[in-house]
Amino acid sequence: MRALHPGQPWPPTRTDRLFRMLIWSFAAGLLVLCALILWVLVSHSWPALQRFGPSFLWQTTWDPVAEQFGALPFIYGTLLTAAIALAVSVPLSLGAAIFLAELAPTWLRTPFSFVIELLAAIPSIIYGLWGLFVLVPLLKPVQAFLIEHCSWIPLFRGSPYGTGNLAAGLILAIMITPIITAISRDVILAVPRAIREAAYALGATRWETIRGPVLHYGRAGILGAVLLALGRALGETMAVTMVIGNSTKISASLFDPGYTMASLLANEFTEAVGETYVSVLLEIGLILFVLTIVVNALARLLLWKVTRDAGEAMKE
Amino acid sequence: MTRKKVLLGLATGLFLATSAAFAAASLNGAGATFPYPLYSKWIDVYAKATGVKINYQSIGSGGGIQQLKAKTVDFAGSDAPLSDAEQKEMPAKVLHIPTVFGAVAVAYNLPFARLYLDQPTLAGIFLGEIKNWSDPKIKALNKGITLPNKPILVAHRSDGSGTTYIFTDYLTAISPTWAKKAGKGKSVNWPVGQGGKGNEGVAALVKGNEGAIGYVELAYALKNGLRVMHLQNKAGAYLPPTLAGTTAAASGRLAALKKDIRASLVNADGKTAYPIVGATYLMVYQTQAKGETATELVKFLKWAITSGQAYAKDLLYAPLPADLVAINQKTIATIVQK
Amino acid sequence: MRQVRRRQWRSRLMLAGASLCALLCAVPVMAVLLYVTIKGIGSVNWDFFTQIQKPVGEAGGGMKHALVGSLIVVGGASLVGLPVGLAGGIYLAEFGEGRFAAAVRFAADTINGVPSIVAGLVIWPLVVVPMRSFSAIAGSLALAIIMIPLVMRTTEEMLRLVPRSQRDAALAVGATRARTTLSVVLPAAVGGVVTGTLLALARIAGETAPLLFTCLGNQWFSLRLDHPIATLPVQIYTYAIAPFDDWHRQAWAGALVLVSGTLLVNVLARVATRRRHDFTR
Repeated sequence: MRALHPGQPWPPTRTDRLFRMLIWSFAAGLLVLCALILWVLVSHSWPALQRFGPSFLWQTTWDPVAEQFGALPFIYGTLLTAAIALAVSVPLSLGAAIFLAELAPTWLRTPFSFVIELLAAIPSIIYGLWGLFVLVPLLKPVQAFLIEHCSWIPLFRGSPYGTGNLAAGLILAIMITPIITAISRDVILAVPRAIREAAYALGATRWETIRGPVLHYGRAGILGAVLLALGRALGETMAVTMVIGNSTKISASLFDPGYTMASLLANEFTEAVGETYVSVLLEIGLILFVLTIVVNALARLLLWKVTRDAGEAMKE
Repeated sequence: MTRKKVLLGLATGLFLATSAAFAAASLNGAGATFPYPLYSKWIDVYAKATGVKINYQSIGSGGGIQQLKAKTVDFAGSDAPLSDAEQKEMPAKVLHIPTVFGAVAVAYNLPFARLYLDQPTLAGIFLGEIKNWSDPKIKALNKGITLPNKPILVAHRSDGSGTTYIFTDYLTAISPTWAKKAGKGKSVNWPVGQGGKGNEGVAALVKGNEGAIGYVELAYALKNGLRVMHLQNKAGAYLPPTLAGTTAAASGRLAALKKDIRASLVNADGKTAYPIVGATYLMVYQTQAKGETATELVKFLKWAITSGQAYAKDLLYAPLPADLVAINQKTIATIVQK
Repeated sequence: MRQVRRRQWRSRLMLAGASLCALLCAVPVMAVLLYVTIKGIGSVNWDFFTQIQKPVGEAGGGMKHALVGSLIVVGGASLVGLPVGLAGGIYLAEFGEGRFAAAVRFAADTINGVPSIVAGLVIWPLVVVPMRSFSAIAGSLALAIIMIPLVMRTTEEMLRLVPRSQRDAALAVGATRARTTLSVVLPAAVGGVVTGTLLALARIAGETAPLLFTCLGNQWFSLRLDHPIATLPVQIYTYAIAPFDDWHRQAWAGALVLVSGTLLVNVLARVATRRRHDFTR
């Protein structure tokens, strides 16, 4: 009898061993690639790492002329805009995915899916221009209203210029929506019929079936989709730059201008001259890389905890 | 397996076939985005005249210099000259050849056709010291206009750019406070305001917000119908940005340029000289490794600073004054082959 | 009984909410697409596909060189990225239980978050500097870096959703593990895998930043893989930041063509991989 499950001993056929070796090497290639990226970033940012040390992380001045550099405003802006993007996009995308997988009539499903996937192909400068010329003017009256009536909340202070953290978060949300929607839809569609039917048989409503067993079955896939989307949100350059206002002042308000690490790279890297300056910008890239690692690790920890708790509860 | 082989064969075949069939660009260059429309015109005309295909891509001045340093391009374009320290980081001596001049316009969004600013007031606005259009200092310069009680929104470039370099060069020249607080550079630590990406980013901020003020390159201001400030020059006259004023500024700084071709052009002498002006440069190594490249480069550079100048005005660049063409000729003559 | 009815209503309400979400997602999507179409449609003409760029102020001119260049560069990236991504994804889904697999998965998600300009920076010292020239190959490799983790992770997620029973059935009738994976599991998940691949393709087709330092761009038509080559996103970017209206129009046309091209590839891929028993459809 052959081994049937992943993790169990491998059947000793030659083809199989070869096959496994082959695909293993491709997977290993990715590790090499990751190491390569890390090496390139570290070696290029070495002068800056040596010169500024860890205080680079919490300094708030960014002055290329005086060669005073601090990364905090950019770290803050990156996290803030990505958080806004996820907060807006995840519920909407999941809802849309559920609609596409469960409710949409067939004639609507295919074109809708196409359109969603097309969004991934639009160059980010186009998103940026759209954001600047369409989204930002639309945001102005909304902001003016909120500033007038809700300015006791620190989130809603500032001037209604349209550009700023909120605009950046929203444009990111639009950009990552297709990723989450498309993958989650496929995940939901792939949930075996038996699972749904079992839930129906127990008297669950349609919504309860989706919310419970269906999403539960697909949670790893959905989290994978969210992580992919988060990656895109953290690393997006051009579109964010065009609408965020690019100011290094840290502000809690959604309406104030901010700055992200990726947009700093987009803004200054191609014009940077001089060893220190270039290496400082690459250190920003390195920090972004590390930040992505940290965020990913946290998400994984969360998933692991959720899975474990669920496993204990259900005793599968 | 066989399918893979066929594909591989096809790819190799295509590679070989195309390598033979298409003569590649004989010179490659990269750098500044500001002169790109003009350079692409030059390259087109030059190819029709001589059959030599040159390729210039606007990846940014800094990018161009990085590529020149790594010797992946034959020439670089830059809106800011190399400082002495930056020259030292290069592997060999780099020549600067100014090709055309550009002016930076200060655009504003207020319903008045003409507004005037003198040097301290302009600096004061960008330093954040003057915060409102109804400030007495602005009022004093614009008598007969009822300036509104509106906060000033300062819009600046967020991306590193030659435009920012020229503008901050000017502010540094006219205001000691600015020199101390921010200084000149392609990216600086802005005391106030919002950053827009590119000319279009700044223009959108200005157009979209009443009471905004920002700086864009002259061509952009003219092509997009932005209202531009009349600024006070060194001689005390108030001028809007024009091509004539730009070339006049270059002539006004001729003595300094003769000493060092990298000399700054802002705040030039002369009644008709617009104050915020800068050059864009082509950069090449003085010593060329390949004779063929050296010959082609010299031919193109000579063409660009003579015949090429005729195309500048249509695209809203200010051409070189005759004296500078002569200086450039001398510089180009020093290019040698190793 | 009352509770049941309440649950029913709740269900209806939430499903209506989901539909509303879909609508809300669709609105900006449609807005962006409509915007690109309106801005671009007027300048898409025969010249656009048959001419190379013309200087400002001259009529005509198109993006033939960039269109062909994009096809070459994206094609090259797929030649490298698809096999590696697919194989890696299969490994992770079918054998990916240990620490090694966890590390690979983690690496994929990390690379995915790196700003795309970094992909260009990685390739630059490895390919461009040694060759002393920008090249289409360098551009392809940079795009492959972006493509691989995307394809790998989506492939893995989709393969994982194929129920174990299908594998067991194949193995039980004596198929090798390789055969099971390639002939049973992969076809069963083909819809999902194609989705992932298309998202990745779409994503790299629109990338500008990694190309600036790898394949640079070219004003002229070129098919050489070892020389600078024009691509649509770079051309669009270059045109979009210039101050001249005719170039802006061309940039919008370029964006429209890029999006339509992706749509075409999308449709073709869907038709080609349509299966009756596709598990993920």
